[in-house]
Amino acid sequence: MTFAARGAVGHLRARGWMGPLAALLASIVLFSLVTDTFFTADNLSLLLEQSVVIGLLALGQTIIVLTAGIDLANGAIAVLGTLVVAKHAASAGQAAAGLVCALSICTALGMASGGLITRLRLPPFIVTLGMLTVVSAAGRLYSQSRNYPVSVDLLTVFGRGLNIGHASLSYGVVLMLVLYAAIEYVLAQTAWGRHVRAIGGNSEAARRMGVSVDRTVVSVYAVGGLLYGLAAWASLGRIPNADANAYQTANLESITAAVLGGTSLFGGRGSAVGTLLGTLIVVVLRSGLTQAGIDALYQEVATGILVVLAVALDAVARRGRP
Amino acid sequence: MDPARHERPRTKTSRRAVALLIAALPLACSCKSSGRADGLPLIGLVTKTETNPFFVKLREAATVRAAQQGAEVIALAGKFDGDSEGQVTAIESLVSKGVRGILVTPSNSSAILGAVKRARDKGILVTALDTATEPADAVDGTFATDNREAGRLQGAWLRAALAGKVAKIVMLNGTPGSAVDTARRDGFLQGFGIEDGDAAIVGRADAYGDQTKAQAAMENLLQAHPDATVVYTINEPTARGAYAAISARGKQGQILIGSIDGSCGGVADVKEGRLGATVMQFPKRMAEDGIDAVLQYTKTGKRPAGFVDTGAVLITDRPQPGLASEKTAFGLASCWG
Repeated sequence: MTFAARGAVGHLRARGWMGPLAALLASIVLFSLVTDTFFTADNLSLLLEQSVVIGLLALGQTIIVLTAGIDLANGAIAVLGTLVVAKHAASAGQAAAGLVCALSICTALGMASGGLITRLRLPPFIVTLGMLTVVSAAGRLYSQSRNYPVSVDLLTVFGRGLNIGHASLSYGVVLMLVLYAAIEYVLAQTAWGRHVRAIGGNSEAARRMGVSVDRTVVSVYAVGGLLYGLAAWASLGRIPNADANAYQTANLESITAAVLGGTSLFGGRGSAVGTLLGTLIVVVLRSGLTQAGIDALYQEVATGILVVLAVALDAVARRGRP
Repeated sequence: MDPARHERPRTKTSRRAVALLIAALPLACSCKSSGRADGLPLIGLVTKTETNPFFVKLREAATVRAAQQGAEVIALAGKFDGDSEGQVTAIESLVSKGVRGILVTPSNSSAILGAVKRARDKGILVTALDTATEPADAVDGTFATDNREAGRLQGAWLRAALAGKVAKIVMLNGTPGSAVDTARRDGFLQGFGIEDGDAAIVGRADAYGDQTKAQAAMENLLQAHPDATVVYTINEPTARGAYAAISARGKQGQILIGSIDGSCGGVADVKEGRLGATVMQFPKRMAEDGIDAVLQYTKTGKRPAGFVDTGAVLITDRPQPGLASEKTAFGLASCWG
C-alpha cells in the first residue's frame, strides 16, 4: 500500500466512515452483480434523487443526535412547511413570500423544541413527540384536509437539473451535497461544531469548559428546523403536491440513516458524511432489492437488521472505552 | 495522544465493516435463487399499503392471473396510506427494472403523476386500480369501483331501512382529502338525500380506514350523542370498530351501520346482523382486468380505454323496495379476503 493510500484509509477510519462506506460499496457491487438494471446511469441518478428529502431530514437529525438529543418531529415540520408554501402559492400567488414564511416557521418550530428542552430540562424525546403530535394536527387543520398541487417554477426548481448523457443531476441533489459539505465543515472546523460534540459527549464537562450549552442546543434545533424547511422545498421538486398525510415515517427513516452512518444515539460521535452514506445505504437497499425482485417486506427486514447491527457495534465500541 | 488510543477506533471500524459485509451476504444468495426468469413479461403492482386485506387480495389476484398468462408480478407498496414518496420511488424502481406495465392504486390522486408520466414516456403502460388519478387521463385506463355509486347505495339503503325513524347520523370517514373518501362521502350524502352540513349529521370523525381509530372515535361520539341512529362507514374495518363501540354500550340493534368493501368478514358481519348492509367491491376483477390490459398492450399495442367500472353490489338480508341488492348467501360466495 502506498503512503498516500494508507493515509486515506487512516483518515476514513479516524472519522468512522469506514464501516458505512464499506457497507455501501458492498451493496452496490452486490446489486450490480446480481441484476443488470441496477448499475445504470439512469438508475444511479434516480438513487441520488430519492436520497434528497430523507437526506436533508437526516442531516438535521444528525446534528441534533450529536448533542445526545433526538427529533421525532422533523417529518411533520417539513410537511407543515410544504403546506404553508403551497397554500400561499395557491391562494395568493405569492410563492416567494410563502417560501420565506415556510422556512421561518420550520426554523421557529425547531427553535421551540430546543427552547423547551433547555429551559424546562425536558427529555428531547418527549418534547419532540409532543411537537410531532401538535405539528401533524396543525398541518391537517391548516390544510383543511385538502391537497395543494404546486406548479410555480420557483417551488419545483429542485426537481429540475442537468442531463449528462443518460445520467441526470437534479438541483435538489446539488442542494443536498452542498448542505452536507457545509455542515461537515462546520462540525469539523468551527468552535460551534466542537461545542456540539462536546455537549453530546458530556454536557456537564462542556459547561465547565465554558461552553454555553443551552444557547448551543437551541441553535442546533434551529438549524435542524431550517434544514427541514429546505427538505420541504426540495420535496416539492420531487412531488409537486403538498399533502398533510405525507412523510409520516420520515422521522424514523432519518434516525435510521444517521445510525447506519455511524452516529451514536448516545451523542458526541458521528458526522454529516457518515449520515450521507447511511442515507445512501437505505436508498440503495430499497432500489437494489426491488431490482433483484425481492419482496418489499424483506427490504424492511434488511434495513431493520442493519440498524440493530450498527447500534450494537456502537454500544460494543462504547463499552470498550476506558 | 497515547498509542493505545490510536488502536481502538481501528479495530472498531474494521469490525463494523466486516459485520456489515456479513449481513449483506444472505441478500446475495436470496437474489440468485429468486431468479429473474428471462423472457417473461414483468408487470409492476404498486398498492397503497401492504397490510390492508383489500390490497392483499388485489396482489394475490394479480399474481395468479399473471402466472396463468406466463407473466410475473413485482408487488410494491407505500408504507402507510398517504405515502406518495414511497409510491413514486416504487414506480421509479419498476421503470429501472424494465417492466412492461404498472398497475397502481394511488395514495394521492395527483402526487404521483410526475412518476407516471416518466414511465409512460418510456413506453410503459400505466393503469390505475381501485382509485382514479386526477386528472383521470393521466393514466392509460382505470379499473375501479365507482366509489360515488358505492357511497350512494349505502346512503340509500340506510335511509330506506330507517323506515321513517329520526335520522341522527354519525359519519366515520377515511383519510381526509383522498379521492375515495370524498367520492364515497358525497355518494352517501346523495343517497341519503341530504346536503353536507345537514343538521341530521350529529358527529363525524376521520378514522383513516383503521379499526382501532374507528372504535375510539365511535366511543367518543356515543358519549356525546347516545341517541345516534345511523352510522356511515367508509370501509368494513371502520364498521367493525364502530360496532365494537356500539355493542360495548349495549346499543347493538338500535343503531344501523352501513359499510363498503365486501370482504368475507364484512359479509359475515351482515349475515350475523352486526352490520345492516355492505357494498361489495371486486378487487379480483380489478387486478385481472389490469393484468389483461398490460398483456394485451404488449401483444397488440392496444391501450385500454378510460374508466372501467368493476361493479358495486349492495349486500343485505333486509332488502328495501326500489333498491337492487343481493342476499348474504350471494355475498359469501363472491366475497374476498
